[in-house]
Amino acid sequence: MEKAGLYIHIPFCERKCHYCDFTSIPGNKDLKDRYEEYLIREILLASSIYGNLKIETVFIGGGTPSVIHENSIRRIMNTIRRCFTLDSDAEVTIEINPGTLTVDKAKIYRESGINRASVGIQSMDDGILKRIGRIHNEQQVKDTLKILRLAGFENINGDLMFGLPHQSLKDFMETLEKTMLLDLEHISMYGLILEEETLLYNWYNRGLVSMPTEDEERDMYHTGIDFLESKGFRQYEISNLSREGFECRHNLGYWRLESYIGLGLSSHSSMGGRRYWNHSGFSNYFNKLDAGDLPIEGEEIISNDLLEAEYLILGIRLKEGLSIEDYEKRFKLSFMGKYGEVIHRHEASGLIELIDGRIKLTRKGMDLSNQVEIDFLP
Amino acid sequence: MHIKQENIRNFSIIAHIDHGKSTLADRLIEMTGMLTSREMQEQVLDKMDLERERGITIKLKAVRLVYKARDGQEYVFNLIDTPGHVDFNYEVSRSLAACEGAVLVVDATQGVEAQTLANVYLAIDQDLEILPVINKIDLPSARPEEIKDEIEDIIGIESHDAPLISAKDGLNVEQVLEEIVKKVPAPKGDPKAPLKALIFDSYYDSYKGVTCYIRVFEGQVKPGMMVKMMATGKSFEVTEVGVNTSKHIPLDSLSAGEVGYLTASIKNVKEARVGDTITDTKHPTAEPLPGYKKVIPMVYCGIYPAEGEDFNTVRDALEKLQVNDAALVFEPETSVALGFGFRCGFLGLLHMEIIQERLEREFDLNIITTAPSVIYRVTKTSGEVMEIQNPSNLPVPAEIDFMEEPIVSANIMTPTEYVGAIMELCQNKRGTFKNMEYLEETRVVLHYDLPLNEVIYDFFDALKSKTRGYASFDYELKGYKQSELVKMDILINSELVDAFSLIVHEDKAYERGRTIAERLVDVIPRHQFAVPIQAAIGSKIIARETIRALRKDVLAKCYGGDISRKRKLLEKQKEGKKRMRQIGSVEVPQEAFLTVLKYDEK
Repeated sequence: MEKAGLYIHIPFCERKCHYCDFTSIPGNKDLKDRYEEYLIREILLASSIYGNLKIETVFIGGGTPSVIHENSIRRIMNTIRRCFTLDSDAEVTIEINPGTLTVDKAKIYRESGINRASVGIQSMDDGILKRIGRIHNEQQVKDTLKILRLAGFENINGDLMFGLPHQSLKDFMETLEKTMLLDLEHISMYGLILEEETLLYNWYNRGLVSMPTEDEERDMYHTGIDFLESKGFRQYEISNLSREGFECRHNLGYWRLESYIGLGLSSHSSMGGRRYWNHSGFSNYFNKLDAGDLPIEGEEIISNDLLEAEYLILGIRLKEGLSIEDYEKRFKLSFMGKYGEVIHRHEASGLIELIDGRIKLTRKGMDLSNQVEIDFLP
Repeated sequence: MHIKQENIRNFSIIAHIDHGKSTLADRLIEMTGMLTSREMQEQVLDKMDLERERGITIKLKAVRLVYKARDGQEYVFNLIDTPGHVDFNYEVSRSLAACEGAVLVVDATQGVEAQTLANVYLAIDQDLEILPVINKIDLPSARPEEIKDEIEDIIGIESHDAPLISAKDGLNVEQVLEEIVKKVPAPKGDPKAPLKALIFDSYYDSYKGVTCYIRVFEGQVKPGMMVKMMATGKSFEVTEVGVNTSKHIPLDSLSAGEVGYLTASIKNVKEARVGDTITDTKHPTAEPLPGYKKVIPMVYCGIYPAEGEDFNTVRDALEKLQVNDAALVFEPETSVALGFGFRCGFLGLLHMEIIQERLEREFDLNIITTAPSVIYRVTKTSGEVMEIQNPSNLPVPAEIDFMEEPIVSANIMTPTEYVGAIMELCQNKRGTFKNMEYLEETRVVLHYDLPLNEVIYDFFDALKSKTRGYASFDYELKGYKQSELVKMDILINSELVDAFSLIVHEDKAYERGRTIAERLVDVIPRHQFAVPIQAAIGSKIIARETIRALRKDVLAKCYGGDISRKRKLLEKQKEGKKRMRQIGSVEVPQEAFLTVLKYDEK
């Protein structure tokens, strides 16, 4: 049976954060109900087309999945279980925003088979949270964690951001200290990207907010990683750390170029050399399903050359690096024959190192990974 | 259709850019009925798209119109178009030489401009009858009476009878046609005498070879005849003669007084130069027509194939352009930074820009252009005199006794309110004030001597910016003047980049060096290491800037939905890198070579 990761998208948020450029809307009850119906239909349709896939990981992301009713989540999970073969030790994650979770919700999540929670903490500084348009405060983060533990979640991620408006290294380290008290299994740490057409971008351009310099931002990154590693976390990807054995299996699937199906508005799927994505507008999404079609907006056929490049581009993001042996087995090519020059050049400039048959980004390489990655492109 | 000489009128239209020359030409063509409205393309005379975009006419053409006048007779009008820019002064003078009259179009709101003046004087030099016409009379801000006074005062030609027209609406354009019949003299010249014809334009096409636009002054020319170009000495057999209406119409012959075209299997416009006299090989005329000049380039620059572009493709394109443009010269040269390319000579800055744009648009080439240079005269201590247009060829300072640079005399016509700003600009450009003439209470002409090397740097842009486009400007080469010039080099990561080297006045070097270094910091992407940019005279560093090392080039988030987007971003980044020039370990984008020239608003 073919294996795949499954991504489910819930496009609703109570409010858009100031830095966010994803499609998400507050949504009313009618729209949420309707979306649920169509999502269920899409799951049924996809399973009838793809046959019985073995699902090893599920990731319910958004938006904010925790803003829709817990019964909807339960129904979605039941449908998945009915339509696909959900592995008995599958990793099933749901994204949660502090301030949107109740004890009942958390219990029903657990009963539905969800065993991992990913909490959008972003910062433990109320001032900064307000500045970037988050709906919650520090106390609500603590409450959310309490609820999750109470409901029996034993694998919890916290998303953190750095390089935030008016944030200093000291501010970020305080957030990290406070985060330690939450006793998480996993931490994702993202440098903020000012995306065009976001409120924050607009403010920044008008000189209303100041952003940390590139040097300050990199300081936060490296100091943050060092701090977390001193606290028993292990970095396993550019932006991800976990306690031993708690790496996110779903995300590892992406970086190892394994198959995944994305269902719901604007989700992406990738099966072998074919990648496609769903409509990002509700009406297109609904109409396609009404017509009995998968709500696919576009697709891309990835040539073998590109597939190989993507394998390297994604793989090098992992701290363990790229295994030359795995590569050669998968692509039947001599790695050094093809990339020897590139590897030596970047080794000389200190971006990568070659250790035990693996190519790994150095500390500097983690800052400048694009410089290495472009050389993997055909 | 043979016409009596007394029913022929040969004339040009002279106007400043935007004063409505092309629109008037359109109306004349329309109203003489040679073309139906359907055939009328906007602005028939301007052939190249580029010209149309800029609203200027670069290559001239002649059109033959038939007009039935109020006196009941049919007249043949040969309307000869002229380019409107100082770069093409010589070509203008030759096309005017083919005429007996000129219609001077002056905008009823703007009045006389410097460029118009330059062309009017050329027309007066040719003894042409000048018919002033006031255009854009329909605009609310039109002030025809004042403009008439201006024409009389400034140019000194009678203008109170000048037709007041709106070329756009066709208002009073018929009056212009009648004035041409009445006032422009008919051509003279003996059709029985040996052939004497003036080439006032030529262009190449791959079917017929070179087509010459000619004005026959004496004798006759017909197919089968052997003709000789008196300046180049080459003979050709005439294959076709005719006139141009909306298309070429072949005729049996062209006689004294007529204007038309001639083809003779000529392969290159160099063999049929503008201004040359065509005569009968067997019965040559005694004297060629006066005024022939071999055009000399005033401005030089390097043109190099950009990354991924082939040297030979660029050479082929330049050769093709040269077939049509006798003023373009080029020869191969090598730059350490840019590899193999060409040193090209142009009539002026506009001519240079036109060639660059044609290479890019018509030939779809990706090229790098180096900063323009003029010809410097270098007298070495040995007494030897060299002409240098590529800064890299300048001898070492110890071998130089002194240097001279070309000086132009410039006329700047401006509303009085900008006089201060212009004087400051000219001062800044090492100009020498000659005098200032009041044209009227609110307008003056400033006469300056300016070093050409300052003019070609950013003078036009600066003038435009400082006068909000109200000043007009023309210049002509005056001569050479001794000057304290130095070669300034730019070093990127301690490596000298010859393509950036410039010859500048000693007093300007520091400022120019700093500006260039600052701009390079902006356009050169950051590298994994810090990159110093230095400006130097010899071994002395006069300016220094640093491109900070790149600290961050990483995508923080990369999950399922990000992969395609991320790959595309990387592809774009790689594409950008490909278009860069590798100079040592530094990648320099092509636009860096252009930014050196840009006008600085500061």
